Amino acid sequence: MAWAEKILRVNLTDGTCESEPLNMEWAAKYLGQRGLASKYLAEEIDPKVDPLSPDNKLIFATGPLTGTSASTSGRYSVITKGALTGAIACSNSGGYFGAELKMAGWDMIIFEGKAASPVYLAIHDDHAELRSAEHLWGKSVWETEPAVKVEMGDPQSRVSSIGKAGESGVLYACVVNDLHRAAGRSGVGTVMGSKNLKAIGVRGTLGIKVKDPAAFLTATADAKAVLAENAVTGQGLPAFGTQVLMNVINETGALPTRNMRDVQFEGASKIGAEAMVEPRESDGKPNLLTNQACFGCTIACGRISQLDQGHFTVQNKPEYWGASGGLEYEAAWALGAATGVDDLECLTYVNYLCNEHGMDPISFGSTVGAAMDMFEEGVLTTEQTGGIELKFGSAEALSAIAELTGIGEGFGAEIGIGSRRLCKKYGRPELSMTVKSQEFPAYDPRGIQGMGLTYATSNRGACHLRSYTVASEVLGIPIKTDPLETEGKAGLVTAFQDATAAVDSSGLCVFTTFAWTLDNFAPQIDAACEGEWTPERLAETGERIWNLERNFNLAAGFTAKDDSLPKRLTEEAAKTGPAEGKASGLAQMLPEYYAGRGWTEEGVPTNQTLDRLDL
Amino acid sequence: MKVTLKLYASLKPYLPQGTRGNEAEIDLPEGASVQSVLDGIGMPEGLYKLVLVNGVFIVPEERETKLFVEGDALAIWPPVAGG
Repeated sequence: MAWAEKILRVNLTDGTCESEPLNMEWAAKYLGQRGLASKYLAEEIDPKVDPLSPDNKLIFATGPLTGTSASTSGRYSVITKGALTGAIACSNSGGYFGAELKMAGWDMIIFEGKAASPVYLAIHDDHAELRSAEHLWGKSVWETEPAVKVEMGDPQSRVSSIGKAGESGVLYACVVNDLHRAAGRSGVGTVMGSKNLKAIGVRGTLGIKVKDPAAFLTATADAKAVLAENAVTGQGLPAFGTQVLMNVINETGALPTRNMRDVQFEGASKIGAEAMVEPRESDGKPNLLTNQACFGCTIACGRISQLDQGHFTVQNKPEYWGASGGLEYEAAWALGAATGVDDLECLTYVNYLCNEHGMDPISFGSTVGAAMDMFEEGVLTTEQTGGIELKFGSAEALSAIAELTGIGEGFGAEIGIGSRRLCKKYGRPELSMTVKSQEFPAYDPRGIQGMGLTYATSNRGACHLRSYTVASEVLGIPIKTDPLETEGKAGLVTAFQDATAAVDSSGLCVFTTFAWTLDNFAPQIDAACEGEWTPERLAETGERIWNLERNFNLAAGFTAKDDSLPKRLTEEAAKTGPAEGKASGLAQMLPEYYAGRGWTEEGVPTNQTLDRLDL
Repeated sequence: MKVTLKLYASLKPYLPQGTRGNEAEIDLPEGASVQSVLDGIGMPEGLYKLVLVNGVFIVPEERETKLFVEGDALAIWPPVAGG
């Protein structure tokens, strides 16, 4: 129940689609989505495999609550060995695709091998087939999605696809569904492209059964009431979106700016949530048109924007004049503060390009920031950049390089290899703001100490969504802690990591955790799924998943040395704001974190820990 | 004494009339506390959550005793989050 108890295994080399039963013993231990698919991946591939070889596998996974009437039940994840990182990757997306896949009767799709020529997978409930995608190869996400819908023969079908970034080997290519929702990080779209897999179209009409429908209705209604009554999920997020954080984090002195040279951005107020609702001087209209919800969501934090048609980026380009996916905080930060660009319309345009071509705006913006750093230092010149004056703050340079990167041409092809490889290539590896080759998100660990430990220990490389201690350290959720203090952060990070791993395996959205704790998740999961699901069991499941991911990475060749931060963050102090004079105190937090996790001093789970977690 | 008042998100209407953007310079008497400014703005209790002076969160129990000095910045938000 809740699980469809069925997997679709697609061998791209052989061109076969086979149904097989879900391993329910594993489902009881790993719940679904992130946890369960990570278990399958860890069991089925050699962790040392080249991420872009046919031997890597690519899993699209739903959770048991995906597609149900629970709030925020539109989530699915893409799990693979990451092209950008070489670590275990799990990128989570909203929209409507995940629910459609679940309603077609599949818990997950496992792609194996590599197609000889481009294909897409078409699913109509039980029936799945591979079709030629020769005519779609080279098309953008925005061209591919409507074309596949037409060929599916049902306008209610949903599509997940890659754009040109995924085809051309941009190492942080996304998988995009519903035009502007993305499994964004770690290069899961690059792996999809390497398999010659262009898209998945799905139409599901079978519905989802839960264990106890009456109890499920009660539990989900109670949980929805909590979201509605909470000021953050009921009012703040729908009205202002995640972008409300731009000024908060800047004021806190933790907004990474110009490749983390600075911790505050003088242009922050021009690119945040408040700026998006201000009427523009040029045409009197605001950037933000409306908010938008994913499947089943009662929060509706998504942004839909409309550009100023006279802006230099879109003059004579009517294809960008319509309503489209607007800036979320992470994208606005990476495209803006990380590059020093404070032109809201330009950032929105570049965000559109990221959706259109399917690339991660966080890694793209951060890599451009690193390239700008090298340009300012004279390491890069216009000779390498093809004439682009890649200076901090240049909206013209940002939009020009985005257009090239999305299609893998010119200097854009070099931006597409990501910050670590780019900085190493030009002899300045210390200028790459990455962990495990993945670019940082929008919180400077000098101003929010817990995030330093979060980034260093994240199993998919630098990431805020593995342990969002910002909630506690800055926003006071569930309780306020001091962002400049390192003491107590090891336990805080561990608790956030475990709880998030469980939430990411449920089919629901992590944004509910601004209002819900595991106490709110457990009754919903318990009413839907076999077995007794308590908050304690969910926390233990999260811890098991975290250790499984850790073991995969250790087997892939990562060591404790990879749980580190760039020297800019550990040795160069913040220049302004509350953290002025402070660097990241990672060294004070990491040993306590390892000990608390039940790991050796080398960051390896002990046999006792593995036994306790039944790993 | 000049202090910068910054009100964000849904709190913007509580800025002095005619303010452009989200911040305004206000005049305060010497010895003015954070709580006295919060009371003076007239925001209902519960409407605001994050109260920062020069970027540092001031816990509710310290708002009576935290006094401003010339040039301070007071920034306030309703309950918000993102990610």
